[in-house]
This record gives sequence, structure tokens and C-alpha cells, in this order.
Amino acid sequence: MSEKKLMKGNEALAEAAVRAGCKCYFGYPITPQTEIAAYMSKRMAKSGGVFLQAESEIAAINMVYGAASAGVRAMTSSSSPGVSLKSEGISYIAGCDLPCVIVNVQRGGPGLGGIQPSQSDYYMAAKAGGHGDFFMIVYAPGSVQEMADFAVRAFDTADKYRMPVMILSDGLLGQMMEPVVFPEITEKAPEKPWACVGHENKRKHNIVNSLYLVPEDLENSNRERFKKYDIVKAELPEADCYLTEDAEIIVTGYGASARIARSAVNAARAEGIKAGLIRPITLWPFPEKAYADTVDRAKAYLVVEMSMGQMVDDVRLATSCKRPVEFFGRTGGVIPKPSEVLEKIRELDKKYNKA
Amino acid sequence: MAVYKKPESMADIPLHFCPGCSHGIVHRLVCEVIDEMGIEGETVGVCPVGCAVTSYNYFNCDVVAAAHGRAPAVATGIKRSIPDRFVFTYQGDGDLAAIGTAEAVHSATRGENITVIFINNTIYGMTGGQMAPTTLPGQVTQTTPFGRDPKVAGYPVRICELISTLTGTAYAERVSVDSPAHINAAKKAIRKGFEVQKAGLGFSIIEVLSTCPTNWGMTPVAAVERVRSEMIPYYPLGVYKDITESEKE
Amino acid sequence: MTSEIQLAGFGGQGILFAGKVLAYCGMLADREVSWLPCYGPEMRGGTCNCSVCLSDEPIGSPTVDEPDIIIAMNDPSFRKFIDTVKPGGFAFVDSTLVTASTDRNDIKVFCVPATRLASDNDLAGGANIILIGKLIRETGIISMDDIEAAIREIVPPKKAQLIENNLKAIKIGYEFM
Repeated sequence: MSEKKLMKGNEALAEAAVRAGCKCYFGYPITPQTEIAAYMSKRMAKSGGVFLQAESEIAAINMVYGAASAGVRAMTSSSSPGVSLKSEGISYIAGCDLPCVIVNVQRGGPGLGGIQPSQSDYYMAAKAGGHGDFFMIVYAPGSVQEMADFAVRAFDTADKYRMPVMILSDGLLGQMMEPVVFPEITEKAPEKPWACVGHENKRKHNIVNSLYLVPEDLENSNRERFKKYDIVKAELPEADCYLTEDAEIIVTGYGASARIARSAVNAARAEGIKAGLIRPITLWPFPEKAYADTVDRAKAYLVVEMSMGQMVDDVRLATSCKRPVEFFGRTGGVIPKPSEVLEKIRELDKKYNKA
Repeated sequence: MAVYKKPESMADIPLHFCPGCSHGIVHRLVCEVIDEMGIEGETVGVCPVGCAVTSYNYFNCDVVAAAHGRAPAVATGIKRSIPDRFVFTYQGDGDLAAIGTAEAVHSATRGENITVIFINNTIYGMTGGQMAPTTLPGQVTQTTPFGRDPKVAGYPVRICELISTLTGTAYAERVSVDSPAHINAAKKAIRKGFEVQKAGLGFSIIEVLSTCPTNWGMTPVAAVERVRSEMIPYYPLGVYKDITESEKE
Repeated sequence: MTSEIQLAGFGGQGILFAGKVLAYCGMLADREVSWLPCYGPEMRGGTCNCSVCLSDEPIGSPTVDEPDIIIAMNDPSFRKFIDTVKPGGFAFVDSTLVTASTDRNDIKVFCVPATRLASDNDLAGGANIILIGKLIRETGIISMDDIEAAIREIVPPKKAQLIENNLKAIKIGYEFM
């Protein structure tokens, strides 16, 4: 039976990925995600899977592309600057409708930035993971338990929709330890008749390709893919709503920010402020309904991010700009304090509720 | 009586390559080898970005189309996932020796058990004739309009020489397809590459000196003559590494 | 109830390990726990710290701004964290290495010459765990049963001889007056 283990987020994610049937892991060292590669190097040797330290992030994502083409569950992980390098490969993977899992344990940017936790890759994950018309599914874990749970879910979802899935974490969740119970593995990877594994003279050859030289063909391919995206948007959005039923000041953030915001919401409640928290679990598709459901009651929204404000745009769209949406963020690797968020909640309460 | 026909593993459709281009010959040689070894059903090809970008239409085996230069990394992912299958890449000189140098060198040094078919025609064909890493000194291209000046644009890369220094490389040979004799030798080399892979010996690369009459501004006959007079002297033919030979000793 | 603990010292003093022991105890007691280290170049010999939260409620922020308890094992750490301790809180200080002092009288400060006690008892590197022993005695936030079980779980099998050393260190700290 499953028992509680005290593990780092990065290691819990890696262990869960192997349990979920990840057969190939290709990585490259970069702080603060290197524990994933280190864990995989040991674990894959035992489980009979493939661990390979690639010569670059570019090679690593293209190895994932190759392994996914061959129909196996494959994963790579990196941190912000490394994910920039992977964006070419992610675009090809999306263009070929290949399932795979990409982990981004975010650190501060732009450029080499810093190595401390950050959330400034929201746009890169949820909007622009590479060139061309495409999206990837983005999960935002908020605990070590979810690092494990979402690793399993990411593989299932990737296979279900034949899409790249990103787990958007950060240095705080990757490095911290919490108790984790590994989820039961219930789903099996589906058959992949499209995979390039050698046709054994039993079928026509399979081709994995994203090139369309006739514009109308490429347009059709994109339209087909966006029909799939509509299904994903209908089926997948998920958010964790905390004390939102009667909330007047709704705080929202994902991942590590949401944990800090939750502490602040509890403190605000203790002061009699009707605060609540919406924590998006999928960043793409964005859980718009969770916001729409609260917009009539809420007086104002406060977006908390470890960035200069990226998710804030999606919150404005999800609330149709019917209520003020304010932003509080720390960036560069500075982790916001619950007391700072509480102060901002008080300010909003005064400005929009008691006014 | 031998009847001349297309190899079974080659699609029966017209190739898009220009008249006098060597790609068609090399495609055919690869397919003949696949036929002779009877491995079409257990082979996965990886095609590049360049003139051979649509090779997935010509090879009847399963094919994965890689991003520019990334074919050896993609092939690595495939081979590691299904190690009992044959995996080959088919890449041009811009793809392998410029943007994809890291992937080529590192897959070789890891001894990835794949076969790389490398087309060296000293020019970027698909984009219309720009300088390649293999463009010869003095050669006029769209981006070296006064001839390649090594002081500005550096020197050509000799891939077989470079790759053969790596321990993981099992087999490296440079061939040409400018004459029937050389074409037969080229086929033998490609076969050797696949045999080395079958034996699990590691990385094999066959560099094929090739023509590009369109972008060289030459007739096909003159282009073949250039391979002999200019390219072979700069890129000597021969086996640069063969670990099966050293094992025999 | 929630206990927020800040542990700090030099890299190599076992700060992260001591924090892990506390977090593990919390887990064995079926409480919510989190352990958050500093990471990066600081780990390699500079100052090092980690935050541990033990709670009966789900833990929001794993960062600790106003700890209930600090363990300080060098001067810079003592100076950095002593004024952040919540009124009524605790400070456990390795007085072999910390020379600075505080005039705060709203917290309980326990000076334990942990590094000297460790070397006197042939327990090199055990100062961190000696301080944990003292912490258990004075705060009562974890039980002796749990700490023993935690140490037996965390110490890797390859270093089994360290289990007895750690248990001895706990006892020395616990009994130090």
C-alpha cells in the first residue's frame, strides 16, 4: 500500500513519472531542476528505462521528439533559460501531434537571470511555447504531492489528446520537501498506431512530420488541431477554489504564489475581510469559469505572481473586465511574503469594499 | 536477365530533385541496401531540413522528419526507444555540418548505434545556393559573391576526418557518386554502415560527395566533372575509420 | 497549532539534515510539514539555511518570515534571524561558535556549546543534532519516540553507524542544562 514519503518536489515528480510509465528521460543540468536528472539517472537504471544526459537542451527535446515518435512515454525537464532553447522542439512536437511531458522548474529571468524561484515563464508556457499556431497543456502544481500527481496526469493527458504537456513548476516547489503519497496508476498508455516503429511490412509507412508545402494543407492541419483544442478547452480547465463562495476580495495565483496567497487569505479572514482564493491548476486551458462564477459577487481581484504580471491578463479576460483586477508581484527570485499580500488585500478591501 | 526496376523500399513516384542532382542516386542506393538486407519493415528513417526535406515521401519505411540539424538527436531518441530497429538519418551539409554540428558530433561520440548518410555538395541547395560549411575556398555562392574568402568566412569543414577522431565512431567513409565505379563503392559503404549498426558496433557515417548543378550554375556533366577536379582533391575519398578492421588485426 | 522553524549556519554543519529530521518527525506524527532549503552556490560552503513548518492545518507559504523557533549555528545566522523570532519564541544557539548576543527578553534563548559537546563526545558533525535534542526538551513540539524513528529512517543504510551517534547527540542535547 502507498505510504507517505518525505521528498523534494523535483524527486517526487521524477518518481511519479517513472511510475506513470515514462520510458525515456533526456535532460541537461540546470539549477533548480537538476534533482530530476540526478534522480532519473539512478531510477531509470533500475527500472530498465532510458536516461540520457544530452549535449544540450536542444538535443534533449529532440530526443524526446524521437522517442515520442517511436510511441514511448518520454519526458525532459529544465529551468527557464533551458526551456527557451527547447521551444523549437516543442513547436515541432505540437506540429506533429506528439504526446510528451516537458517540465519547467522556473527561475528568475530574463537572460541568465538568477537561480531563485520565479514565475516569469507564464507567457512562454501558456501563450507562446514556440513559433507557429499551437498550444500546449500546462499544469501548475502547488505542492510536492501535486508535483507527483500532475506528472502522472500529464502523461495520461498528453496521450489522450496527442499534445505536449508542460508541468510549470518553480524553484520553490522543486526544492522543498513535503510528504507525498504516490498515486495509484490506473490508466495504461493507449495504442499508438501512428508511431514510427518499423511497419514490419504489415501496413503503409508512418510519417511523423510538420511540413506542409501547400498553404491550404497547412491551414487545414492547423484548423483540425484547433478543433482538438476546443475539445481540450471544454474538458480540461481546472481550478482550486478556496473560500470563494462569499468572497468579496478574490486573490488568485498559481503554484508557489497561490500557497503564499492562501496564507494571506487566511490572515485576512481572521481580520474579518471576506477574502477567497482561486488557484488555476491548468494554465492552458485557463479555467475561465472559476472566475466567471465569482464575478457578480466579488468587489475586486488581486493577482499574485512571482513575476511582473503575466497571468493578470488572463484574469482580466476571464472576468470580462467587469471588476477591478489589481496585481501584486515580486520578481527576480524574491518570494512574496504573506504579510505583503495581506497588506495588499487590506488595501483592496478599503478601496473597493468599504468605500 | 536482370530487369532494372525501382527498389521496393522506394516509393514509385517522381522525385522532385533537379536534373543532375545526386540526391536521387543516393536515395536509390539507401533503398537498394534496405531491400537487399530485407529490413524495410524494421527501419525508421530520419529526414532533415534541406533539399531532402520531403524524403519521407520517397522512403517506404517509417520516417520521422527532424528540425534543421537535429536528426541525430531525433534518431537517438528513436533508437534508444526501439533498439532492435534500424535507424538512419539522411542529412545535408548545412544540416549536419553547420546548425547540427553538436548533434552530429555528440551522437558519434556517444557511439549511438545509428547510420548517418551525409550529403556534401558544398552548398545550401533548398534556400537557393548560399555558402555551406563545406563550400570550397574561392567558391562563388549567393552569400560569397566574390568567392569564399577563408579570412572572412573560415575554412571548409572536413566531417569524416573530424568524426573519425571520436572513439564512439565505428565506421566513417567518404564516397562519391560521380561515376558508376564510385556509385558501386558508395553502395558498398552504405551497406557497411547498416551492417555495422546491425552488429551493434556504434555510430556509422557515410559522407557522399554530391552535385548541385542548379546552384553551382553548371550542366550536370560539368557538375560531375567539378566533383572530380575540385571536390575529391579537397575531400579525399576513403575509409577514415573502421573498427571492424582493427578488430580483425 | 503551527510551528515555524528557521535553521541556519555554515554549509557543512548539517543544517539541511537537522531540518529534515524535524520535518520527518512531523510527518511521523501525521502532521502537515514542509521543508524549504536555500539552494545554489550558498550550499557549497557559504551560509546555509532552511525553513521547516509543522502544522495541524494545510501549510500555505513554506517560507518563514517570523519563526517560532530558530537554530543558529554561526554569528551571521544569529544576527540575521534573532530579531525575526516571534515574541514568546525560542532561539537555540551554538555558543561554541556564536559570540554575538541579544538583549531581547521577550524570547527564550538557549545557549548550548554544541560544537564543543560534539567534539568532547567524539561526535564530529553532531552539533546540529545536539541542538535538536535541546529543542525537543524545551519546546516539546516533537516526541522522543518520533525523533528516534525519524533518525532511523533518514540515515541511509550505508551510514548505519551514524544512527547511534545521532541518537547519542539527541540525548546529550536533551540532558544539557
